[in-house]
Amino acid sequence: MTTHKSDPRYADIAIAVENIVKRYADFEAVSGVSFQVKNGEMFGLLGPNGAGKSTLIRMMTTLIPATSGRAIIAGFDVAKEPDIVRRAIGVIPQALTSDIDLTVEENLSIYAKLYGVPKAQREKNIEELLGAVDLLKWRDAQTKTLSGGMRRRLEIARGLIHNPQIFFLDEPTTGLDPVSRVAVWEMLDHLRSTRELTILITTHYMDEADHLCDRIAIVDHGKLVALDTPIALKASVPGNSVVDVQFARDAGEWRERLQSLAGLTSVETQSMGSYRLHTENGPQTTASLVALAADKGGVIKSLSVQNTTLDDVFVHYTGRQLRDEQVKAPLFQMPPRPGM
Amino acid sequence: MQRMMAIVERELRKFFRSPTLMLVSMVMPLVQLVILGNAFGGKIHNARVGVVDYDHGEQAMRVHEMFDSVAANIKTFTVVQCNDERQAREDVRTGKLDAALIIPAQYSRRVLARDSPKLGLVVDNSDQFLSSSLEAEMQSLADALNAPAVQPKVVQQIVLQIVELYPYVEYMKYFLAGSIALALYVSVMIGGGMLYIDDKARGVHEGFLVTPITRVELVMGLNLAGAIKAVLSGVSLTVIGSLLAGLGVIFHPVRVFQLALLIVAVSIAFNGMMFLLMVRVEDPLVPRAMFGVLNTLLFFPSGSIYPVAAFPRWLRAIAVVDPFTYAVHGFKAILLKDGGFAAIQTDILFLFAFGIGTLLIATPLFKRTL
Repeated sequence: MTTHKSDPRYADIAIAVENIVKRYADFEAVSGVSFQVKNGEMFGLLGPNGAGKSTLIRMMTTLIPATSGRAIIAGFDVAKEPDIVRRAIGVIPQALTSDIDLTVEENLSIYAKLYGVPKAQREKNIEELLGAVDLLKWRDAQTKTLSGGMRRRLEIARGLIHNPQIFFLDEPTTGLDPVSRVAVWEMLDHLRSTRELTILITTHYMDEADHLCDRIAIVDHGKLVALDTPIALKASVPGNSVVDVQFARDAGEWRERLQSLAGLTSVETQSMGSYRLHTENGPQTTASLVALAADKGGVIKSLSVQNTTLDDVFVHYTGRQLRDEQVKAPLFQMPPRPGM
Repeated sequence: MQRMMAIVERELRKFFRSPTLMLVSMVMPLVQLVILGNAFGGKIHNARVGVVDYDHGEQAMRVHEMFDSVAANIKTFTVVQCNDERQAREDVRTGKLDAALIIPAQYSRRVLARDSPKLGLVVDNSDQFLSSSLEAEMQSLADALNAPAVQPKVVQQIVLQIVELYPYVEYMKYFLAGSIALALYVSVMIGGGMLYIDDKARGVHEGFLVTPITRVELVMGLNLAGAIKAVLSGVSLTVIGSLLAGLGVIFHPVRVFQLALLIVAVSIAFNGMMFLLMVRVEDPLVPRAMFGVLNTLLFFPSGSIYPVAAFPRWLRAIAVVDPFTYAVHGFKAILLKDGGFAAIQTDILFLFAFGIGTLLIATPLFKRTL
């Protein structure tokens, strides 16, 4: 058994991914990605469908071998000590994979047995987790009778049945309605604080990553394009605030007038009479804009101010909208794996 | 062991909670048993045989009497009197008659003169089964006509005395062995083939693969569960099929034990074979497409419907390595012959060896990763 726990480079590190590559024939799904996740951290992998998030998570969770590079999970190399890694991690795959013919409790019990959890501990864990995911009164219900949100909560409980140190969730809220999504967020927050879990979550929802994660890695075309806290990522985008303004009458003269405002980093024309201003100080720019309009006799049809979002961060680093990628996503097809 | 048994528990809980698999796996073999067992089991009755008599003599009358006797008793055929040979041939060709017997002119004279008397039989040999049955019946009538009125004291001809070891075996009883084997195959095909690939496609196996379960535990768990499900289907069909076919074998403890042992051996062999075939398959359509092909390739050459001895050499080669052959042979030995362990030991040994061998090949092929 080779452990990296005593290596000072991995002290307090739950996940260390080092220059990891996954190649399928001529297609490189993941290209030399490296990052570290500290113990107790909630870490997000953000990117569109087909960006390589699931491939990354599958390499970290022993499901597919890396072409090159390595992943150290809980101090152990995934390629060399897969069984120890499997005991240290809980994994929730993207698809809902609980058995619909079994009851909630049976699903948990069978997975506890697969992890070799002793009987007494098994019963205790099931009781605690059913309470934590608010499924106690559904314990004897067949899984097929549960809603999508409840099934996802069951799967979260299933992934924690053996008290793992690190919890991997692959797009846990995809397909859920907004209420269920928020319920899952709250549950993850609660579990993380009560169980001292390190959580790695993949998502293509900006708000989810923003709400949940301590740090976010943006992945695009198999490459890591940015990694930092949500606040730092937003701060890295030129212009901390975005002001959208639309004038009732405009023959193109307002673009030049707007550029004279103090503190602006850029002015984008959205359509005739409609502009997006990136500014260091949203409230001050807004006040100046209103004063300018009054001075020039312009009529403001609409005006909005918002802070920089992760959408802006994604556009900044990848050059396109995440939602555009989501629309295109069904066109993407994973090439066949070698030997299949 | 706990992890392997968790897989077995999961499979069996699903199986008992949704008994569709057992029902589906028994429907086809039971329908085949009832339909084919009755369709193939009977003898020819009421075939229409035309008789054209150009003789009208005393010996021709003997032929008519024999025909009338058959028509009145075993009813293999009914007699239709015809006047014209050409019309009778045409009627056989067009299906109005199944055969026509021609009694030529001067037949009685030739019989009495021992001058090579002949009767003509026109048959529709596009239906081999019907034509050969009628030929056999007519041949026995001809033999009876040839028999001397008074038997000589010393018999000059060689007589073959046939000793039948068992009471008459109706086709349904003969076919029951194949039906039980077929039920086991369908159970393994659905439970071990289709559901296995469906689970894989749904990502259920992904959930297993992130746990510390070993490759051997997972393979053994899936196969043990598959074999148990097949055994349950096999036992159910043996009981129902025996009652339908009128076999009392299920009331003899020793033969029940032999049947149970054989069912277990067949389940292991079929399950191992199916797992080997499916171990690298990902597409749920593949086992569905293979279902009919495998059924034809394995079931029909097994001797369940037609004896292996009648096959051409290449088909016999398939039968030699086909686990169905040994299953059908073993079930026939127990259900129809009561041949004891000696009659089934080769089958059981082959089936266990086949099952273990296929599992030994399949286990390293099973991918512990996606």
